[in-house]
Amino acid sequence: MATEAEIYAALTEIFHDVFLRDDIVLTPELTAKQVQGWDSFKQIEIIMASEEKWGIKFNTRELDSLRCVGDLARLVGTKTA
Amino acid sequence: MTDLHWLPAIPDWRQRLRALAAEPATAWDSAVALANARLNFVLTNALDETVRRVLPCGPESLATKKVRLAVLGSSTLTHLLPGIRVAGLRRGIWIDTYETDYGQYLQELSESDSALHDFQPTAILLALDAYHLTSGVTAGMDAATADAALEEMQGRISETWRLAREAFRCPIIQQAILPVHLTVLGNNEHRLPGSRAWFVTRLNQAVRVMAEQEAVDILAVDDRAARDGIGKWHDPALWHRSKQEVTPTAAPLYGDLVGRWLAAKQGRSFKCLVMDLDNTLWGGVIGDDGLEGIALGQGSPLGEAYTAFQEYARELSRRGVILAVCSKNDEANALEPFEKHPDMVLKRGDIASFVANWQNKADNIRAIAQELNIGLDALCFIDDNPFERNLVRQELPMVAVPEVSDDPTGYPVALADGGYFEGLAVTDDDRDRTSQYQGNKARDALKAAVTDLPSYLRGLEMTLIWKGFDRIGLQRIVQLINKSNQFNLTTRRYTDEDVVAVMADADAFGLQLRLTDRFGDNGIIAIVIGRLQDNKDLLIDTWLMSCRVLGRQVEPTTLNLIAREALKLGAKRLIGEYIPTKKNAMVKDHYARLGFTVMETDQAGGNRNVLNLEGFTPAETFIHVTEG
Repeated sequence: MATEAEIYAALTEIFHDVFLRDDIVLTPELTAKQVQGWDSFKQIEIIMASEEKWGIKFNTRELDSLRCVGDLARLVGTKTA
Repeated sequence: MTDLHWLPAIPDWRQRLRALAAEPATAWDSAVALANARLNFVLTNALDETVRRVLPCGPESLATKKVRLAVLGSSTLTHLLPGIRVAGLRRGIWIDTYETDYGQYLQELSESDSALHDFQPTAILLALDAYHLTSGVTAGMDAATADAALEEMQGRISETWRLAREAFRCPIIQQAILPVHLTVLGNNEHRLPGSRAWFVTRLNQAVRVMAEQEAVDILAVDDRAARDGIGKWHDPALWHRSKQEVTPTAAPLYGDLVGRWLAAKQGRSFKCLVMDLDNTLWGGVIGDDGLEGIALGQGSPLGEAYTAFQEYARELSRRGVILAVCSKNDEANALEPFEKHPDMVLKRGDIASFVANWQNKADNIRAIAQELNIGLDALCFIDDNPFERNLVRQELPMVAVPEVSDDPTGYPVALADGGYFEGLAVTDDDRDRTSQYQGNKARDALKAAVTDLPSYLRGLEMTLIWKGFDRIGLQRIVQLINKSNQFNLTTRRYTDEDVVAVMADADAFGLQLRLTDRFGDNGIIAIVIGRLQDNKDLLIDTWLMSCRVLGRQVEPTTLNLIAREALKLGAKRLIGEYIPTKKNAMVKDHYARLGFTVMETDQAGGNRNVLNLEGFTPAETFIHVTEG
């Protein structure tokens, strides 16, 4: 089971790889609008990288309910519990 | 599995990517190296984006031809382009890509003022999705209607090829249709004429027949899906979300399939498979285990797996891949299985270049390339030993070195999945290529060693962990004492009781040495027994070592340990003897190499040597020593 700190650390690496920027700091409130280049394709990359990282699978409803980084981190936490 | 499992993981990959951006002059070479790592789709995209930023038009001069690839399709393909470009990079090829607008490929092909025409492609990939190609097909159709639908679809594909060829006169590759459809009848789906799943199967067969007539190549993603599982290639949820027929996680593999086609079109597929012998073509070490002791052939699962690998290598050879051998062995030992083992599938005559000696493998591979008169970038080297693989990767980055485990079952898989020998056609010449090479080859002496071994050894972070004999190690110690033949100075065989006696003897010591490096633990690799004589000479009764770790400075490091133990017992001199056998000629001059003075030699070829411990300076090596 992954702790919240571990989830944020791993998500940070994923975001840095996806956006090729090391200065993105993840907070629970962070949304796509606040990160340049975070479009629907990058969204899919983030989701699939997370699925690969934790060996989990999100369903369509779960994906549609994601609004911010906090939602994603919570969902990963639930799925790895 | 859609991951690039035959490529090695590079631990500091992210740091190297960031460093690449800072040094444009070396960026291309660094990028090629980074592309030859096991990348997932996120890292593939990151590499692609970085390279395009640092080198927007690619390097100025290249040995390969730059490619302008147009990708024509009916659904979302953008996410596949970085994988294709990185696959080119992996092979030293610069690829520019162009993607037609969503579903507009026919218009863009026909209109001479379209952006596609401006792009002037030098290669075309037609990637049509299964939903597009089966639209209108339904289970309600009778056989005649379904046949007519199939014919119409064949006609549309053929028409697209004709348009593409007339407009651009360049090679075309047709992506096979992915079997994404579910069955509605079941096992006997083929009895339902209007089945979409069956329609795709038929269309894939028909397209291959058409492609033969029209000289179009096939991108066989349907075969890949059969191996990997369609679920690894296609995710219906993603299709609904973004119209991506191929899931992004499979994009690096998809790209690699395209990359190997483009490389083959430029004649840049690998041509020669260079094989290690011990634990690669058979199980065990021929020099130690002997003809009866190696695992090969019927009778054991392991032996059968090695046979299967040899059969795969022979199949490759029969379609034109040249086979070579590069082994650390005495040549006579290495040849013995080829000449005498009944279960050897490969014969000496199948091997165009056979190099077995104790030099480092990078130099030997150079010699093989020279002997066969082909470029180093045409060689693919397979070896179970991570030390050898990484030495060759570092010294000869142009040589392909598939990453494999110690399980021979995976060797053919790594070669096939890696697509090293991608071929487009087979000629009669291909079928007897090995005999040509055997006839022509020059027998040049091996070139002087030029490999920078010290820097490699330094980077290995080796640690020699030493321990006196103990009960826990007893079994392994006895096994090594009774099995080692080649690097064995005296070949004295001892039982459990003998070894226990050494442990109890206050005037003797036994050393068991384990070697680790950054690739892992090599296990117990050397055994030494020293006995103090009445005259205060320390006789090295036994010194044996695994040939796996030859050439890594283990010998001088071991001598340092022996000297220290000898001094503890109050010894003044070390006495080392070499007793010749049929198999241990390689250590004839072992003691002289370590700075001993020869005292006497005998008629059988043996020798006795002495080293004064007074004034002995331990050799400096790259090996860290620690007590275990």
